[in-house]
Amino acid sequence: MKLKGKAWKYGDDVDTDVIIPARYLNTSDPAELAKHCMEDIDAEYAAKVSPGDFIVAGKNFGCGSSREHAPISIKASGASAVIARSFARIFYRNSFNMGLPIFEAPQAVDEIDKGDLLSVDMESGLLRNETKRKEYRIVPVPPFMQELVAAGGLLNYVSARRKGK
Amino acid sequence: MGMTLTEKILAKHAGRDRVEPGELILAKVDLALGNDVTSPIAIDAVRKLGVREVFDREKIALVPDHFAPNKDIKSAGQMKMMREFAREYGIVNYFEVGRMGIEHVLLPDEGLVVPGDLVIGADSHTCTYGALCAFSTGVGSTDLAAAMISGEVWLKVPSTLRIVLSGKPGKWVEGKDVILHIIGKIGVDGALYQAMEYAGDGLASLPMAWRFTISNMAIEAGAKNGIFPFDGATRAYADARAKRTFEIVTADKDAKYAAEMGVDLSALEPQVAFPHLPENTKPLSQVGNVPVDQVVVGSCTNGRIEDLRSAASVLRGRKVHDGVRMLIFPATQEIYLQAMREGLMEVFVTAGAAFSTPTCGPCLGGHMGVLAKGERAIATTNRNFVGRMGHPESEVYLANPAIAAASAVLGRIGSPDEIR
Ligand code: SF4
Repeated sequence: MKLKGKAWKYGDDVDTDVIIPARYLNTSDPAELAKHCMEDIDAEYAAKVSPGDFIVAGKNFGCGSSREHAPISIKASGASAVIARSFARIFYRNSFNMGLPIFEAPQAVDEIDKGDLLSVDMESGLLRNETKRKEYRIVPVPPFMQELVAAGGLLNYVSARRKGK
Repeated sequence: MGMTLTEKILAKHAGRDRVEPGELILAKVDLALGNDVTSPIAIDAVRKLGVREVFDREKIALVPDHFAPNKDIKSAGQMKMMREFAREYGIVNYFEVGRMGIEHVLLPDEGLVVPGDLVIGADSHTCTYGALCAFSTGVGSTDLAAAMISGEVWLKVPSTLRIVLSGKPGKWVEGKDVILHIIGKIGVDGALYQAMEYAGDGLASLPMAWRFTISNMAIEAGAKNGIFPFDGATRAYADARAKRTFEIVTADKDAKYAAEMGVDLSALEPQVAFPHLPENTKPLSQVGNVPVDQVVVGSCTNGRIEDLRSAASVLRGRKVHDGVRMLIFPATQEIYLQAMREGLMEVFVTAGAAFSTPTCGPCLGGHMGVLAKGERAIATTNRNFVGRMGHPESEVYLANPAIAAASAVLGRIGSPDEIR
């Protein structure tokens, strides 16, 4: 799978309270959540993001609450993936469980500016900054996670195992 | 080679002799938890898959606490969805308003989490139960759905950061200060993907309530869990409450730790975390003049009876400052009742503070105490992120209940020693 879009750049420790503020958690409707994605740090994001764009951030992206609303709102906003120096652990597992690709690429993050055109080839594990004409290797997905992704997410995996019993 | 507490519990629940940090395992859960914010997504998933039965009706807990009592029509809908699911699927541990509390205080107090357990919850502060020498960690709603169906969860075995506590804490220092100090030192990702395991002779002066506070904020250092060894205090708590039998787990003498740090409790001052990250800590003496509009005592971090006693000991016979609104949230109905019996409620109300029914309410800027633009609060909660308690331009400072209560009287952040 190939992903392509421009970069929206943020700093370190972007927490789930700014990805989707708790005041909007009285719903789990993806379209509704997408409207408020990143609202408290970037009022422009939700209105201007184009399908395929990337969220690019520093260390510990997605720290804070376990709300799956965070990756849901990012996915529903149209972003194709998140690229960060590192991820908070619950955000990491939530993203996998629901099929939002995330990549750890510290060096790439440092060299990406807001608006750069990026592309990712998930099979070959290659990230290209088209604007800056630079290429980076991205951390490969662990085999167990690949199994989850291949099964179509955690729930399909679980229900397949259940039927097998 | 030996195993840490976390490795031992994970190995046992994965049906293995041993596990190594970094390994991915499929483990059996003793309890899976959801609340009114996270379980609707999980419930939807279970229903969509056409699953008619959960793996074990007694090993699931559903607690409406974030927006409970129903804050608006949408949250009423989410609460209704939980209630109906609980009834239809025969979930034994569903806690209705009037019988509920904040999940992470309620479940161990109800004896539903016991030492040696493996517990997952669709809430990041599920790590609280590490205080009981259990492995517990926060997951997402999809994980909760999978666990409700299969009774299992996938986990990556974390490496362990060992924290050795020594000495005795001084005046006004509580569990909250120990964990704020640690987070201030290592940062909000200082223990990312790791287990925090406590040890040392300082443990002897840590009551269970403080241990719950310390484990509760493991996630604020990025950790997967924060676990305490089993000792006399754990034994007394578990014997009084546990609804199941349990097996005591101990770390091996030759366990391998990724890193070790020491904390001298006797050198600690009360700590205050400045906006907008829990790692922005300062000792109380260096806070300076910080006026506050609102003071909140409560939450899964500091809403226990010991916390209310601490706040009340400062407030007794005093008045909340004219310019301050003080809100007190006991974490469960049992604590509410106990506060009433001990006369704490009277202390709070006479001092001019509001005393509320148990809810997460203001902790997440949900309801019952949301901050306006430019307002500042000091709270005994665990997060001070941008907009956490309301308007994105409001501020939250974190502290222990005694400091919060003193600040309510002073109208600015300060120590009980400053009140005459
Ligand atoms: S009290 Fe606050 S931190 Fe604890 S579960 Fe409720 S919202 Fe989360």
